Amino acid sequence: MSHGEHSRELPFWRKYIFSLDHKVIGAQYAVTGLLFLLFGFCLMMLMRWQLAYPGQPLPWLGGLFNEQSMVGGIMLPEFYNQLGAMHGTIMVFLGVVPLAVGGFGNFVVPLQIGAPDMAFPKLNMMSYWVYFIGGVVMFASFFVPAGAAQSGWTSYAPLSDIASFGQTMWLFGMVFLITSSLLGSVNFIVTIVQLRAQGLTFFRLPFFVWAQFVTAFLLLLAFPPLEAAAVLQLMDRLAGTSFFLPTGLVVSGKLLEVSGGGNPLLWQHLFWFLAHPEVYVLILPAMGIVAEIIACNTRKPLYGYKSMVYSVIFIGFMSFVVWAHHMFLTGMGTKMSAFFQVTTMIISIPSIIILTALLLSLWGGSIRFNTPMLFATAFLPMFGIGGLTGLPLGLAAADIHLHDTYYVIGHFHYVVAPGTLFALFAGVYHWFPKVTGRKMSEVLGKIHFWLSFPLINGIFMPMFIMGLAGVSRRLYDPTQYAHAQPTQPLNVVISICAWLLGLAQIPFIINFFGSLFFGKKVGQNPWQATTLEWSAPSPPPHGNFETVPVVYRAPYEYSVPGEKEDFIPQTERK
Amino acid sequence: MEKYYGFGLPVDISTHGAEIDRLIYVIHIFMAVLFMGWLAFLVLTLVKFRARPGHEARHHVEHFKAPTYLEVFVALFEVVLLVGFAFPAFHKTRDVFPNRADALEVRIVAEQFAWNVHYPGADGIFGKTDPKLMGAANPVGLDLGDPLAKDDVTTINQFHVPVNQPVIARLSSKDVIHSFGIPVMRVKQDVVPGQTISSWFEAKKTGNFEIACAQLCGLGHYRMRGFFIVDSEADFKTWLDQMAPKPPAPPATAATTPQGAAA
Amino acid sequence: MSTSLIHYISKPHPVTGITNAKLGTWCFLASEVMLFGALFSSYILLRVGAPSWPHGSELLNVPLATLNTMVLITSSVTMVMSWASLAMKNFSKYRLYMGLTILLGIAFLVVKTFEYGHKFQHHHFPSTDTFYAIYFTLTGLHGLHVIGGILLNTYFLFPGSALWKTEPEQFTGRIECAGLYWHFVDLVWIFLFPTLYLL
Repeated sequence: MSHGEHSRELPFWRKYIFSLDHKVIGAQYAVTGLLFLLFGFCLMMLMRWQLAYPGQPLPWLGGLFNEQSMVGGIMLPEFYNQLGAMHGTIMVFLGVVPLAVGGFGNFVVPLQIGAPDMAFPKLNMMSYWVYFIGGVVMFASFFVPAGAAQSGWTSYAPLSDIASFGQTMWLFGMVFLITSSLLGSVNFIVTIVQLRAQGLTFFRLPFFVWAQFVTAFLLLLAFPPLEAAAVLQLMDRLAGTSFFLPTGLVVSGKLLEVSGGGNPLLWQHLFWFLAHPEVYVLILPAMGIVAEIIACNTRKPLYGYKSMVYSVIFIGFMSFVVWAHHMFLTGMGTKMSAFFQVTTMIISIPSIIILTALLLSLWGGSIRFNTPMLFATAFLPMFGIGGLTGLPLGLAAADIHLHDTYYVIGHFHYVVAPGTLFALFAGVYHWFPKVTGRKMSEVLGKIHFWLSFPLINGIFMPMFIMGLAGVSRRLYDPTQYAHAQPTQPLNVVISICAWLLGLAQIPFIINFFGSLFFGKKVGQNPWQATTLEWSAPSPPPHGNFETVPVVYRAPYEYSVPGEKEDFIPQTERK
Repeated sequence: MEKYYGFGLPVDISTHGAEIDRLIYVIHIFMAVLFMGWLAFLVLTLVKFRARPGHEARHHVEHFKAPTYLEVFVALFEVVLLVGFAFPAFHKTRDVFPNRADALEVRIVAEQFAWNVHYPGADGIFGKTDPKLMGAANPVGLDLGDPLAKDDVTTINQFHVPVNQPVIARLSSKDVIHSFGIPVMRVKQDVVPGQTISSWFEAKKTGNFEIACAQLCGLGHYRMRGFFIVDSEADFKTWLDQMAPKPPAPPATAATTPQGAAA
Repeated sequence: MSTSLIHYISKPHPVTGITNAKLGTWCFLASEVMLFGALFSSYILLRVGAPSWPHGSELLNVPLATLNTMVLITSSVTMVMSWASLAMKNFSKYRLYMGLTILLGIAFLVVKTFEYGHKFQHHHFPSTDTFYAIYFTLTGLHGLHVIGGILLNTYFLFPGSALWKTEPEQFTGRIECAGLYWHFVDLVWIFLFPTLYLL
């Protein structure tokens, strides 16, 4: 059923609000995702005040918060715990994944495979609005009595079972977000399998599409157990069941009047069964973006494309069998922990292969250091640090000392923050011209990069030191433990870097909105790239391509000997 | 206490600490060497292949053998780490428990936000406990009607142990998941309500150290600080005798709460 | 304007051999397998960890559930018949069989309502113990899926059937997909019934 003919007659609200066009939906996801990233970042900046100067009143902003959160500008433990839980939840589920998958995936994938749109445009639109509702529910949870969820983004039971109403809102919010994700992942899989242009075989796909393809399977199959877990926790909280509550619980001196017989570890198994694949959902699209930008800006094909594809598929499978490495210290025996240690070590191999292939892709190139390339190149060592620091955590004996310390926070932030987030920034700078028909300012972009790169390392590198010293995570006031006191000055350094990093995003925000109106206008292919999206106008019209694309070539035909240009688009006949 | 902690690993006073520390050092050296080499290669590549006039990219790049060897080396090293370091160290702390006759057995009942320590007393047998009896004056819910409970000692946040003797701690929680962590002992064990999980360790130095909760347990997670005091054998005996309920026990009150019990 | 046309809505893809909707339905069902699989796994974990666990046959109404099993299996047959009728271009037969499928689905729910009501009357709620908790949750979620299927089928029986006049192939494909979903819901019950009621 073609809807292309009708686009001229569509009213504003159907063209831009409830659009069925993957490009509009992608832009909606991207902008909403970026806003939530900013919001999540602000939550963290508040936390950093309490961590650097525990018990000190927050200057200027302290008065904005009511007695539930701050008394005389001094943060309360309950508010700190809310900030912690919601920072994680918002960054992962409302920020990174919607931007990486909903934003970049939706906009770029149909174009890169030569399709007029996603397979199910109505489903696509629904998935965005269900995400939006989930976001509203999560945001609103801050304003209910006793505030938002405060049991960590991991919501371990029984703490989460007995927590205040904000936790119930978190659960409902998650149900919406999971539903949105499911709708989206079905769309991606069907689109990539069925709607590739003629001649675009699987091994001619840009690596970005492969990454999104595997990501979609992870979302499809890993999220339902968390949905089940959310249902069980809602039953515990609203229907009086005891799925996660054992018999004989005594809370604040009173015996809990529940049936008992439940198991707190059941929550952990169900949660981590999703949450481990979820971290690969966070990294795979980023690897895809970096791959595209490296190929384009080195003017040569990716090294080891086939190995990268097999590795990303293998990561997809392996990611389902490592989850209990988050649970090594829950009373697990040596046999079960041995299994998960082995699978965790095994999954490091394909990640190393992909990282090495990306690194070797630079060799022999002619490297253009524009803003997207700066961020994409920085991704490599940052992801390297993140990945390497996962090794001590993946070994149960070392995990005895490092579990639930700042080492863990350092590890995963290195992967998501200077890792994925840098890749997402790179993607914004790279595809902005395709979306808007204008380029972003290189000057502002380079300022953004050169400020962000050292500052983000200043935030997360000290955390490894704190973790090795044994400092626990999720501490409202880190100075109460003797073992945490020597490293307290690091908290001040981290906080200052975090606030400066916040300021360093201002050039990006100015660049993003300013370039929409004042950016230099560009044509179809400003980067001289080979993949199909650059054969469409900038921005592409409804239906994307003026003529139906046919693909004749591999995705990275750069610097082919004997050719006039240093790139050959995939649609050019042989 | 501060001299035991600083930047880097805390002091190690545990008989199994050396193995864990060795694993941490070996893996970090491996990580550092790998990363530095890799980073050097990255910087070299970025400089050598930067775009400049007269410098063209190569479409065909020869297949490198070195990365394959490196990946195989990394995989083999991971096997060595697992089999040579990680498995034995974890096995020692989780499987190889000391004989009950040689060890001091204690029960530790975690709650929001304190560590209740329960010693079996001279008879070496724990008195019966019941959640229904738990209260501010009787944090472990000791059933004083049970004759075996008469010599039991309970404290709040004061965990004394004798040096050079293995300790078996039976860990449980009243309310939510906590995590029993003693950084200087390289001990960490999640405490899960509805289960009793055993953890064993042996201190080889005396001193005053601390217990930290290592799993978010609510508002007071940051102040769930216990005191881990390693006494000489003589001092420990003195302390335990001092703490024991004195006969004739006055009716209706439970074990006295000791001095210096933290908030 | 053929560039705006999304292919393989009615005609199958030459390589995969199926339409977009069919592939999408299989993907969706894979996620549903994970959802119910997680709940079945939770059942196993809770049962294995429990000091004692009642036999379902002692607490639950096996004859009524057996009836319900027959009802659902029959409804799967009528669902196939409704699709086959469309494949044979017999629209009125389609309406008959689809109507029957919906009625059988409603019958299932009526029996379930009676079962639940009986439990509530005897003060057996999800909060009573973990057996009832997992029983109500598993059958409740399954029941919600039955309701969803009934709503979908009703849509296809009434307003949705207008598509038959303009795109009969696409409509037939939609009924096939609805059938796949309905069979899945039936299949979940076929696992639920012995697990909860007989074991």
